[in-house]
Amino acid sequence: MTSSREKILSSVKANQPALKPLPQLELPVDVNLDPVENFTLIATNIGSRVFPVSSFDEIKEAIAKLFLPGRIVSSFTELADIAEIRLTDPDPHSLNDVNLAVLQAELGVAENGALWLPEDKMMQRILPFICQHLALVVSKKDIVRNMHEAYQILGNRNPGFGAFIAGPSKTADIEQSLVLGAHGPRSMTVFLID
Amino acid sequence: MKDHAALSEEFNIDEPRVNWHDETLWFIRQKRDRMAHGIPEWEWLRETASQIKNNVLSNLSAYLEQFEINALANGITVHWAADAKEHNEIIHSILKKHQVERMVKSKSMLTEECHLNDYLTENGIEVIDSDLGERIVQLGKEHPSHIVLPCIHKKKEEIGELFHKYLGTAEGESDPQVLTEAARQHLRDTFLTRRVALTGVNFAVAETGEFVVCTNEGNADMGVHLSEVHIASMGIEKIIPERKHLGVFLRLLTRSATGQPITTYSSHFKSPRPGQEMHIVLVDNGRSRQLGREDFRNSLKCIRCGSCMNTCPVYRRSGGHSYHSVISGPIGSILAPNLDMKEFADLPFASTLCGSCSNVCPVKIDIHDQLYKWRQVLVKEGYVSNVKSVSIKTMTWVLSFPALFAFAGKSGRWVMKTLPFLVNNKLNPWYKSREMPVPPKESFREWYAKNRGSK
Ligand code: SF4
Repeated sequence: MTSSREKILSSVKANQPALKPLPQLELPVDVNLDPVENFTLIATNIGSRVFPVSSFDEIKEAIAKLFLPGRIVSSFTELADIAEIRLTDPDPHSLNDVNLAVLQAELGVAENGALWLPEDKMMQRILPFICQHLALVVSKKDIVRNMHEAYQILGNRNPGFGAFIAGPSKTADIEQSLVLGAHGPRSMTVFLID
Repeated sequence: MKDHAALSEEFNIDEPRVNWHDETLWFIRQKRDRMAHGIPEWEWLRETASQIKNNVLSNLSAYLEQFEINALANGITVHWAADAKEHNEIIHSILKKHQVERMVKSKSMLTEECHLNDYLTENGIEVIDSDLGERIVQLGKEHPSHIVLPCIHKKKEEIGELFHKYLGTAEGESDPQVLTEAARQHLRDTFLTRRVALTGVNFAVAETGEFVVCTNEGNADMGVHLSEVHIASMGIEKIIPERKHLGVFLRLLTRSATGQPITTYSSHFKSPRPGQEMHIVLVDNGRSRQLGREDFRNSLKCIRCGSCMNTCPVYRRSGGHSYHSVISGPIGSILAPNLDMKEFADLPFASTLCGSCSNVCPVKIDIHDQLYKWRQVLVKEGYVSNVKSVSIKTMTWVLSFPALFAFAGKSGRWVMKTLPFLVNNKLNPWYKSREMPVPPKESFREWYAKNRGSK
């Protein structure tokens, strides 16, 4: 008996048309576009709050003002006095009570307000999804114009898991009314650091 | 079994609701237009996406093998399912191995296609859909009426009633904010207590063996990262060659679907987290057959954005359920006859062939041409033979709305194009009872924008 694998592959092989070439990806880049300005505009449009900051002290001040007290987890040693910077329990369920997670994004994308967060900067895969509020810190020089540039920089790097995250979790499934805070974070804050 | 015409008539009994449905979808179509117009290279993106998909279809067997090698190297278990039955059995066997009787699932039209929920329920396994829209239709014992907006046919008051009954919200509560919060609490509890999570797949990269899942709600990630076992189900056509091609598709997908620049989450799964198992099920279920149909193989380029539904004048006024197939609207009407020509013979006729679908499709599928070609095939194969046939009834239903077809150019040419088997034929039910429509001078878009809503 041939396995389904063989059956599918031979049927695909028999039925696929003659080879067509892959197109070139010549990246269309709008050189007039200011990445940071555009990122700020679009990220705000999709429900993120964006704050340019120059130090971690400013980030701490902003956190004190923006969020109610609660469990804070962060990968930044600079935030050790306000957050847990090491997770001792490997069980993802133990993070269900996290109010705020502060993590470092590798890059941001101006055209859609998304930020790339790879697993090695997540502490735990579940953290940026299970927290009530998410804050991502990204360096201004790491804002790229579009997704083509983003993948050019990332190449094939993926430590096992990674995500583009654009804004707070949301749904419009009930009569197209937009509601923030579907299953993941209720808010998204971006700190743009010099 | 009721056909598209009969189901559409049921949907049309409540006229204000039909108008509301029509307007809501048109609103999403307009959001899509604004997004598309904001990208100067939009047409370049569509053309590039289309060419990448053409390449994929022409080299699919090699890409599948390449994906398998890389996924295995990443620590993912790869399964192959020739049909829906085998897909369901594979999922069931994984659940049995882990002695799990409850599973949480995020959006996957493929599992709908395979009727996985019914199969698992019959085998004593409880499945909870975690996408809000899917959860709503699941509570209502219905199926999604739209591939991106599963409960677009439901009013908030009806959703409020379901939530009152099943989730204990206050009677009469219909505020979307309050209802969404109730669903959040209910489903968080589900995520925290399920050991197996199933997701769909938007794109799988042959070069790296990783796959991408897009959601706005974060439900796929909540399920997966709290689970011990992640199962991903994907149709074999979801493969793309290289990682950089994701840039093209992620730029197009959500702009076309909902008019957002990108979904909130585009999650790239490459390997399981330590201690977790990750399975991927590659499903054929008629796809390799469709690949061999020269006229219809392009339908396999579909990235399931739903924009052909949002723009379709027939879909908007007949509702997704009138298509009585898992994937509704124009693209569903091409995919369904591949699975069963007899059962779905009416669907290619549920269209005015206006071409709006082909104009918005982000991967440039010639949707309306394929609908036209299906009609010919179905006539030739004998599925459309007389006035009583479902196809003709569907056609007649479509024709009974001048608003849906009057734009279609010179009427004679239009009849030739749409009803090739009916011209010079006494069986033409429409010819007998109605006058030829006078074609308007404006383009379809202008005309429709002016006349929509008015009867
Ligand atoms: S056929 Fe095109 S427009 Fe329709 S859902 Fe598929 S990709 Fe979108």
